[in-house]
Amino acid sequence: MSDALTTLLAEKGTLLADGATGTNLFAMGLMSGDAPELWNEEEPQKINALYKGAVDAGSDIFLTNSFGANASRLKLHDAGHRAFELSRMAAEIGRDVADAAGRKVIVAGSVGPTGDIMEPVGNLTHADAVDMFHETAAGLKAGGADIGWLETISAPEEYTAAAEGFARAELPWVGTMSFDTAGRTMMGVTSTDMATLVAGLDFPPIAFGANCGTGASDLLRTVLGFAATGTTLPLVAKGNAGIPKYHDGHIHYDGTPELMGDYAAMARDCGATIIGGCCGTTPAHLEKMREALDTRPVQPAPSLEAIVAALGAFSSTGDGTGDDGNRPARKRRGRRAA
Amino acid sequence: MSDEDEIILSELDDEELVQQMFDDLYDGLKEEIEEGVNILLERKWMPYDILTKALVGGMTIVGHDFRDGILFVPEVLLAANAMKGGMAILKPLLAETGAPRVGKMVIGTVKGDIHDIGKNLVSMMMEGAGFEVVDLGINNPVENYLEAIEQEGPDILGMSALLTTTMPYMKVVIDTMVEQGIRDDYIVLVGGAPLNEEFGKAIGADAYCRDAAVAVETAKEFVARKHNQLAAG
Repeated sequence: MSDALTTLLAEKGTLLADGATGTNLFAMGLMSGDAPELWNEEEPQKINALYKGAVDAGSDIFLTNSFGANASRLKLHDAGHRAFELSRMAAEIGRDVADAAGRKVIVAGSVGPTGDIMEPVGNLTHADAVDMFHETAAGLKAGGADIGWLETISAPEEYTAAAEGFARAELPWVGTMSFDTAGRTMMGVTSTDMATLVAGLDFPPIAFGANCGTGASDLLRTVLGFAATGTTLPLVAKGNAGIPKYHDGHIHYDGTPELMGDYAAMARDCGATIIGGCCGTTPAHLEKMREALDTRPVQPAPSLEAIVAALGAFSSTGDGTGDDGNRPARKRRGRRAA
Repeated sequence: MSDEDEIILSELDDEELVQQMFDDLYDGLKEEIEEGVNILLERKWMPYDILTKALVGGMTIVGHDFRDGILFVPEVLLAANAMKGGMAILKPLLAETGAPRVGKMVIGTVKGDIHDIGKNLVSMMMEGAGFEVVDLGINNPVENYLEAIEQEGPDILGMSALLTTTMPYMKVVIDTMVEQGIRDDYIVLVGGAPLNEEFGKAIGADAYCRDAAVAVETAKEFVARKHNQLAAG
């Protein structure tokens, strides 16, 4: 049997995902430093409103408030043992909202990074990472999530561990990485590298792509990089609504709803079929994105120049793919035998 | 590597050895760096010269290639780890010989944020540049920062946040410092993925640092400026 996302994607061709979680909860009064996931228990009506905001704006998919619901992240709030139940609650609220929507809406259980660096560079072992991801995935599934949704990952090792966690929970999943360092992830992964990584997994995602990062332009360049690999998996584009600015005690992203509408249409032209926002994307942005996807014709993939003209400059000249794929190498002295 | 001759560190002259240590730092070879430091000590190099000429020199190359997108976090962490091996040998000797101090930094991730990858990178690169670093770890309320700067008397306070939900807390810390009249006693540097220069300015930091390499360059610049101001009286 096909998963709910694949079915809906086949039906509609392009799906609108949701916007921000953290920045929107902030606007609802979440205090700096508090764990958003605790609100699944303490302020369920606000989480309900968050999900409903995306659904009412036309989203086909929304992500649950469980980004930091893993043992490592929750430990900070003395809730390290509650990853399963907080994930379950996040999905339960989501299930209610989706079932009341009057149309098919996918509940995607958000799974964020552990925040730890994995072996061999860091201390987190593969086995521990898989356990943590499994715990979150199992909680999301128990709460009624249709799929799991891994996001904002930098390290290939962590992406692989999460895949195993989803496999163990038998939860179909989508997984995106954050390309925020000169067009690569913090750990140096290019769009091409990610496509290769995904293709080699035993329990591959239903769709893969990019989220967050630096700006809409960079994100689309990454999507073009995925598309250029010839992958047959659906591609996800979830970019930030511009760049964060500080205004009277709160963070405000400078991307307008109109700009995000342009971004959504261009993301589809670049080859993405699951399109949403990330930090700073509010229901007002989502409405313009919905409108753009519903009314604008599909165009050929834009050139890099056209992306810059519409959405602004890239944060770096290259992104490590194509002609600039060869890293400039340092001239080395003789290397010692091991 | 069968066609390459094995390099024996102790057989290299000083200049070649330092060049080789640059390469070994670049490749994150901790044991080789420790060996190199010990050889230079045997050759009666001053600990401060080993630090600045061999280790800091090598880490500067790593920093530049990180800044330029040639090296990424995993490689930098390995290089910093190798550097740390050398520093562990030099640290007590530097204190004994009364070597000049480059500067001191107190650093920590703000309250509610457990991300420490970026902060650790900055710590390592700052140590790599010869700074003394006091790392407060993650999830620091304003009290932790105030207590640490009072106790440690650093030149620089560094704050890191990786979440849009935690970055405003940096302003809480800076505002408290202003209230207590101690803001201008320190250089305040901020960093983290969702930040930018404008945000740094808006909350009253001295500078926003895009990455660990920029943090080191900015720190050096501000400390030099501070020393010049003091010298000018």
